[in-house]
Amino acid sequence: MAAFILRRLLLLPPMLLAASLLIFLLLHLGPSDPAMDYLRLSQVPPTPQALEETRRLLGLDRPLMVQYLDWLGGALRLDFGVSYATQRPVLPVLLHYLPATLQLAGIALVLTLGISILLGMWAARHRNKLPDQAVRTLAFVGVSMPNFWLGFLLVLLFSVQLGWLPPMGRGSWAHLVMPAIAISLMSLSINARLLRASMLEVARQRHVTYARLRGLPERRVERSHVLRNALLPIITATGMHIGELIGGTLIIETIFGWPGVGRYAVSAIFNRDYPVIQCFTLLMVTIFVLCNLIVDIVYAWADPRIRLSAEGVE
Amino acid sequence: MLRSVSDFWQDAGWPVRGAMLMLVVLILAAALGPWLTPHDPNAVDLVNRLQSPSLSHWLGTDHLGRDILSRLIAGAGVSLGSVAVTMSLMLLLGITIGGTAGFLGGRADQVIMRLTDIFLTFPTLVLALFLIGMLGTGLVNVIVAIALSHWAWYARIVRSIVLSLKHRNFIHAARLAGVSRLRLFTRHLLPAILSPLLVLASLDVGHIMLHVSGLSFLGLGVSAPTPEWGVMLSDARQYVWTEPLLLFWPGLALLLSVMSFNLLGDAVRDRLDPHLQLELGH
Repeated sequence: MAAFILRRLLLLPPMLLAASLLIFLLLHLGPSDPAMDYLRLSQVPPTPQALEETRRLLGLDRPLMVQYLDWLGGALRLDFGVSYATQRPVLPVLLHYLPATLQLAGIALVLTLGISILLGMWAARHRNKLPDQAVRTLAFVGVSMPNFWLGFLLVLLFSVQLGWLPPMGRGSWAHLVMPAIAISLMSLSINARLLRASMLEVARQRHVTYARLRGLPERRVERSHVLRNALLPIITATGMHIGELIGGTLIIETIFGWPGVGRYAVSAIFNRDYPVIQCFTLLMVTIFVLCNLIVDIVYAWADPRIRLSAEGVE
Repeated sequence: MLRSVSDFWQDAGWPVRGAMLMLVVLILAAALGPWLTPHDPNAVDLVNRLQSPSLSHWLGTDHLGRDILSRLIAGAGVSLGSVAVTMSLMLLLGITIGGTAGFLGGRADQVIMRLTDIFLTFPTLVLALFLIGMLGTGLVNVIVAIALSHWAWYARIVRSIVLSLKHRNFIHAARLAGVSRLRLFTRHLLPAILSPLLVLASLDVGHIMLHVSGLSFLGLGVSAPTPEWGVMLSDARQYVWTEPLLLFWPGLALLLSVMSFNLLGDAVRDRLDPHLQLELGH
């Protein structure tokens, strides 16, 4: 297991390096002129002379390779430069907003896994009966539901009509309920559908029949023989949903006034504040890649076939 | 074509028939929008702002007195059009890049697939946001950004399909008959790729639609007066306490459209790829 984790850890630096190269190149080969936006955000009229000076100030007159290495060197020392708009260092501000985003995304992930496993099991247990149809209908609507609209519907019901939950802001656990539901419904629906199918598939296999023939109680067969195997595709799917959850969180934050990185990033995009956008993107990629690493490790832990083949045991 | 659509209708259950009808309504609204709208979708009428549904304004008016039904109809064109362009761009990039990698093999394949992997290390929406940050806001840039953040998935799938077909006898036969490489790709490989790719694309259309409207909702897509469902939702959010119906219609239109695309996607998959259906255990 240690060898497997080590091998996956060694893959991280080249992946992040490649991502950083893409992030850097797309800015400098793209149609935008950072010096122009820098002057606009500093409210200096873009005379040719001012442009020239800004290019020198931002180091844009140097060869691309030198600029990249300079930027990368800064990034390794956690220095991503200063925001064009506020002249404050970029990373500390983003790190200030990050915990709120991680909290919301984390709760959404827990909700996704918890509810989808319950629903999937329930549907598989009552195949083609009412619970199954209810779960399939919910899952179908959930896959098609725009998360930002769901956010508004929840506010209409629970804040405007019933007055149970606060419509905006962060503080108590009650603030978390609606945004977390809005973010997780889509992944939850996909997972519930997947788990149902996967449990029915596993239940057909012979080792399950054998477990039943041995006279094991039905609950035990379901839990230790069917569910354990059926969860493997869910782990893979969760790795793919993490990207969706991050994206969903960024959108939902703006609806519920959640003080996370999403709102800050969107305002940076409007301002074309490139250092902020670059740092935000690299931060999200790092989190995404780390989450996928964890998912891979969990998968290897849950499925001995992967773990052993990675360690060279046939 | 017409024949196969009518066969499809015959075999379909009522949800799929409903989805097909919804799609026809959408396409009609998109194509005939200017002739169907009861009012000019952009006509501001501040005297009659925030009206409840009435005979002249069936769904009422918004905060600038614009007719909501007209804006919904006009918005269908923007949504469908941008989804169609995005999808075509994604397929084009996926087929060209993934197809080249699988077809050439060796060094070229490795280089291209490493490049694809870089794009796959980004969560799609984060990459789309980054690209909009680099390109600037606007509908065209949103379309380009979404296409550029999704193509890598398609490239990977196209490559694996090409690899599985490359050593089949019909390809060997064509090659022995002296068919040029370009012709081999376009005439012999491409038709075989298209069917599974069509299945994937039809399952993905709804998803793309949600991405486009989500980015428009954030204000990054279409600019102010143009009617688009995501923008309408974003305009309506300040009236959540007073005029909740404003929030209802654009969201419902979006939900029903995405649902129809998803239902049709499932139906197309069941029809073109029964094997996949078995695998998913429905």
